[in-house]
Amino acid sequence: MLETMRRSPLLRKMGPLLGLLLLCFILAFLSDRFLTVNNLLNITRQVSLNAIIGVGMTLVILTGGIDLSVGSVVALAGSITAGLLSGGHGLAVSLAAGIGVGGVLGLINGLIITRQKVQPFIATMGMMTIARGYTLVYTDGRPITGMPEQFRFFGGGYIADIPVPVIIMALIFLAGYIMLKKTRFGRYIYAIGGNEEATRLSGINTPKVLVWVYVLCGTLAGLSGIIMASRLNSAQPTAGMGFELDAIAAVVLGGTSLSGGVGTIGGTLVGALIIGVLDNGLNLLNVSSFYQQVAKGIVILLAVMLDRKRGKGGA
Amino acid sequence: MVLKSKKRVWAVLLVVVFSIGLLAGCGSSQPPAGEPAKKAVVGLAISTLNNPFFVDLRDGAKAAADASGMDLVVMDAQNDAGKQMANIEDLIQKKVSVIVVNPVDSKAIVPAIEAANKANIPVITVDRSAEGGKVVCAIASDNVAGGKMAGQYIVEKLGGKGKLVELEGLPGSSAANDRGKGFNEAVKSASGLSVVAKQPADFDRGKGMKVMENILQANPEINAVFAHNDEMALGALEAIKAANRTGMIVVGFDATADAQKAVKDGSLAATVAQQPKEMGKISIETAKKILAKESVPATIPVALELVVQK
Repeated sequence: MLETMRRSPLLRKMGPLLGLLLLCFILAFLSDRFLTVNNLLNITRQVSLNAIIGVGMTLVILTGGIDLSVGSVVALAGSITAGLLSGGHGLAVSLAAGIGVGGVLGLINGLIITRQKVQPFIATMGMMTIARGYTLVYTDGRPITGMPEQFRFFGGGYIADIPVPVIIMALIFLAGYIMLKKTRFGRYIYAIGGNEEATRLSGINTPKVLVWVYVLCGTLAGLSGIIMASRLNSAQPTAGMGFELDAIAAVVLGGTSLSGGVGTIGGTLVGALIIGVLDNGLNLLNVSSFYQQVAKGIVILLAVMLDRKRGKGGA
Repeated sequence: MVLKSKKRVWAVLLVVVFSIGLLAGCGSSQPPAGEPAKKAVVGLAISTLNNPFFVDLRDGAKAAADASGMDLVVMDAQNDAGKQMANIEDLIQKKVSVIVVNPVDSKAIVPAIEAANKANIPVITVDRSAEGGKVVCAIASDNVAGGKMAGQYIVEKLGGKGKLVELEGLPGSSAANDRGKGFNEAVKSASGLSVVAKQPADFDRGKGMKVMENILQANPEINAVFAHNDEMALGALEAIKAANRTGMIVVGFDATADAQKAVKDGSLAATVAQQPKEMGKISIETAKKILAKESVPATIPVALELVVQK
């Protein structure tokens, strides 16, 4: 399969999708509850948070970087929006503040990485701890509740029978797809991941592109945090723990190379769906949560091994 | 070459199918031959299985489900309120007959309970309650009885005579209210006992120590201390030790690992233990009653147990 995939670009691109379809096929066979419209909507709603973060993570990983701070940003953005709302502030102001906090933290990540030349892994790991700590400070370690009823729309509402988070996710994927495929900014992202030095020498302002990539990643994490708080109708200070790893897993499962330059936004959607389908399917099959973690780990390892093989093929 | 790669495709496919089949096999128990109708399935959405208390709760529920011929599906939220919501959504998709939930967070669980209400699946809470949604029955430790148990123990030990201190939990919390209520009921029954100091220390060990230090300064004679949880009791013990005071009975609540050790070495006189296995068992029995259309009470208090030196 690996040989064939290396030789055929179409198969290589379709690999993750085939994996997803195969997984669905097996689960539909094993559980009669899996392949129902309700459950499929349920899965897409469950993956929407990870998928939205995954879009930002795809951009970052395409440049050859990584962002470990997204999980903490989810918690901080959710807490700030919830805190402002329960304090009686308007919906627009509170939403803007939460998303804005995500953007600002992303901006700081980007500046530390480009100006101070700190490796993305370390810079965003520092931010992960800072944002988590500040969340605990802001919330005093307690969940925030008491938001107005209309706030629940973003995580729990429906438009024409489709969950709102799914619609938000679809719009963001569409925007991400167009940006990467059709704009100059998108081509610069691939170029930096392919060869940052060459990109810089050809006259492109690479630090500026990189900073924007981290701002986008932080903003999307902030948006996810708000949807999360809305879904639970409460902001949890421990929300988003481990989200960075789920997002990275989705990106890698979707065929984006961790060394940058290769990958697609559609692949990430497929990757997020693979994780979501796996979680949901194993739940429906009554597999113990301990085994579920083992299964998830094996799938991620298989995907990374595929990624490595592909790298050798000069992709 | 082509043949080889095709072989590999099949090898990978087989491994994937096999491992998923294997995992599925681990989870579902084979129905015994000759089983007539489909078994009722109860979903247990537990806050975490990374804590012996909740593992015991699950074991109690599992044993009760096996005994009454029901299937139990356990989902572990790993202390993540978001994950718990997804777990309950999956239980709804699975169309289980009853959902027993042990919430990660009493408020964050509300949307999930409302979703189950919408799907017409009865919900039972166990150990922790929910602050909204329609819950058929809430099962939790009987804190009033536990406080009474601690009070009676002190009455007995002191022979109905002496000066007492009560270290209260977080003001307004249900645990503090109920434990204090039970304790004071027991103490009032003995006319020779008087509570000379009663102050909140917020369930915190450090605060328990500080508050106890001040109480020791103000009261030259104290015979017994009841703290609403073990953390405060252990803090009070530190204060008593530092002040070189002796002859005081200290009783805690919760039977944490630290407290059980202190009971063993004799520094802590007693602590009140919850019975998680019993909680699990009662939740399954309640689910069975709901399925049989029998009426169940809105709350079921679960008895507690006094832990003393053996």
